[in-house]
Amino acid sequence: MGAFTFKGGLHPYDGKDLSKDRPIKTVLPKGELIYPLSQHIGAPAVPVVAKGDRVLKGQKIAEAAGFVSANIHSSVSGTVKAIEPRLTVTGATINSIIIENDGEYEEIEYQKVKSLDQLSKDEIRNLIKEAGIVGMGGAGFPTHVKLMPKDDKAIDYVIANCAECEPYLTSDYRRMLEEPEKIVSGLKVILKLFDNAKGILAVEDNKPDCIEKLNQIVQKEDRIEVVSLKTKYPQGAERQLIYASTGRAINSSMLPADAGCVVNNVDTITAIYMAVCEGKPLMHRIVTVTGNAIKNPQNFLVATGTNYHELIDEAGGFTEEPAKIISGGPMMGFAIYDLDVPTTKTSSALLCLTNDDVAELAPSACINCGKCVEVCPGRIIPSRLADFAERHDEASFEKYDGMECCACGCCSFICPAKRQLTQSIKSMRLLVLANKKKK
Amino acid sequence: MSDLRNVSSSPHIRAKFTSSNIMLMVLIALLPASAFGVYNFGLKALLIIIISMATCVLTEYFYEYFMKKPITIGDYSAAVTGLLLALNLPSSVPLWIPVIGGIFAILVVKQVFGGLGQNFMNPALGARCFLLISFTGRMTNFTYDTVTGATPLAVLKSGESVNTWKMFLGTIQGTIGETSVVAIMIGAILLLAIGVINVTIPAYYILSFAVFIIMFGGKGFDIDFVLAHLCGGGLMLGAWFMATDYATSPITQKGRIVYGIILGILTGLFRLFGGSAEGVSYAIIFSNLLVPLIERVTLPTAFGKEKKKA
Repeated sequence: MGAFTFKGGLHPYDGKDLSKDRPIKTVLPKGELIYPLSQHIGAPAVPVVAKGDRVLKGQKIAEAAGFVSANIHSSVSGTVKAIEPRLTVTGATINSIIIENDGEYEEIEYQKVKSLDQLSKDEIRNLIKEAGIVGMGGAGFPTHVKLMPKDDKAIDYVIANCAECEPYLTSDYRRMLEEPEKIVSGLKVILKLFDNAKGILAVEDNKPDCIEKLNQIVQKEDRIEVVSLKTKYPQGAERQLIYASTGRAINSSMLPADAGCVVNNVDTITAIYMAVCEGKPLMHRIVTVTGNAIKNPQNFLVATGTNYHELIDEAGGFTEEPAKIISGGPMMGFAIYDLDVPTTKTSSALLCLTNDDVAELAPSACINCGKCVEVCPGRIIPSRLADFAERHDEASFEKYDGMECCACGCCSFICPAKRQLTQSIKSMRLLVLANKKKK
Repeated sequence: MSDLRNVSSSPHIRAKFTSSNIMLMVLIALLPASAFGVYNFGLKALLIIIISMATCVLTEYFYEYFMKKPITIGDYSAAVTGLLLALNLPSSVPLWIPVIGGIFAILVVKQVFGGLGQNFMNPALGARCFLLISFTGRMTNFTYDTVTGATPLAVLKSGESVNTWKMFLGTIQGTIGETSVVAIMIGAILLLAIGVINVTIPAYYILSFAVFIIMFGGKGFDIDFVLAHLCGGGLMLGAWFMATDYATSPITQKGRIVYGIILGILTGLFRLFGGSAEGVSYAIIFSNLLVPLIERVTLPTAFGKEKKKA
């Protein structure tokens, strides 16, 4: 068993009160929906529809191109308007399928589902793969790949990441309160794949109501346990989560499976439930629309492809012009320069802030205070690594374990000199990885 | 694309604490010790404090102005250096001493090496040691209640006993800010409480020093003798306010422990076996020089890499 916490980390203002008591509300998309062909890690999907085709809700519109890739399904019925490059949240312009919504929501006939006992492991994996499920916590790694470790028997723990440590996000919280059965059922599906594994629902202790709800449900389940973790950012980071709930530590070059663990996020597990137990592909996700610039912060059930503008309108619009709009949480999300981008499988939140700390606080010289070292969950020395990065000293960067950075943002957050530590380290890390690939 | 908004790399939020907040907190935490110094040694002490701080701030301003660098006096770090320097001077020094000391601290120890965060030793202590070597007589002339006399540590060194209670309160000879343990501790507790300083360095420093005194002081476990050494000289001011200087102490927790222990041993060595009764300033600036070495041997092990290296 783990220590229920980890070394380092911090407690930023969590802002969850803005939206935590707002029940999940379904948003019906209007106008056109945009489906970027690359919403996941791996090869972009290949369109299987053409301009002018009529598609139904739930229909596969793009197919995985290779093992590490994922299918994409339409979340509305309508006509394929175009297949062309469109702007996405990361700032990248990605080839996308654009569907004009006809407002009928006419669905395909979903495959009949068998009960879990009758399904073989391969059938389960195939259902998950067909449904186009990817890690919905933000990484977007195809889930069927994650569920195919070298040795099924070596998996001891299947962990449901219910930590939701990012400030402002309440989508997982609402899911746990409103549909805890789906999460537990989804976890049972994954457990079916790993005979020796125990299921862990890892929840931060700032959500006692969720812990209670989940505990009630798992009472009868002898393979599933709810673990209450100390609230601290980044408790939901994969490596910190594994350590806190099982006591096993992995470094950046290892996979959770190397420590006998499989980790999936709340929304992903719910999607697995939908795919295997209801036969429906991944078409929706919960998005928290929040921040002090939003009139009515809310949690929405959103069809993937829905334009961000529509979510802002649904939440009552802005109280004042936001200084910064972030897709995801404030610690690891992407700042977007244009709201005209679609919701994807990995959009967890839309955060609108009236002040932009980064623009307001100019970086100054490092005073060597060591606060970045104290908060770093990777136990590396951010200030020094940022120096190496700025000098392009690749050798020292690697020697000082710069590759262990998980980009959680704690160092930049705490730095009294307001240095852009995470940014420097993150870019250097990508550069080193790119150079390695070249060799 | 009608309205382009601000973008930046994550994270998008920042903690409230800034470098200047921290320096301001240190200034506030030094207020009790400074006030006690003025009460103890009279208005001359206040004058020295003002001159020292003004010299440091002006030196930094003019250096940066003439070197066409951004002016950084707003971060209060020069003011902190000036105040610490003044607190390390006897009240009897002529008024040009803090001027020379202040210029040396900022110009030679701090700015020439790259300014804030780049100095290789504590500027205030560097300047104090420079002054001690250059103007030994003036720097070791301690007056209290208009009477010139030896400091308790010097008395202790000559083998006589001292009044530990008075040393704790601070109504004794010494430099302006070092005499009162009570006043220093009030400031230190404030800094600990708000997280500006970490207890590691002072704790290991003071403990290892106490152990050294017990082992080699020649009096064994004589509680009065140990307490007199702990309260005497610049130990408390040095341990809480100068050994904890960010720029010149190790950045990692392990490094801080090693640094604290080295400080304790060096201070003990200098005090018991050195030529002068005082040893804190030299111990700290010498250990400052060791910091790069300490950091090299105390590199932390990255999360998840523990087993591999073992």
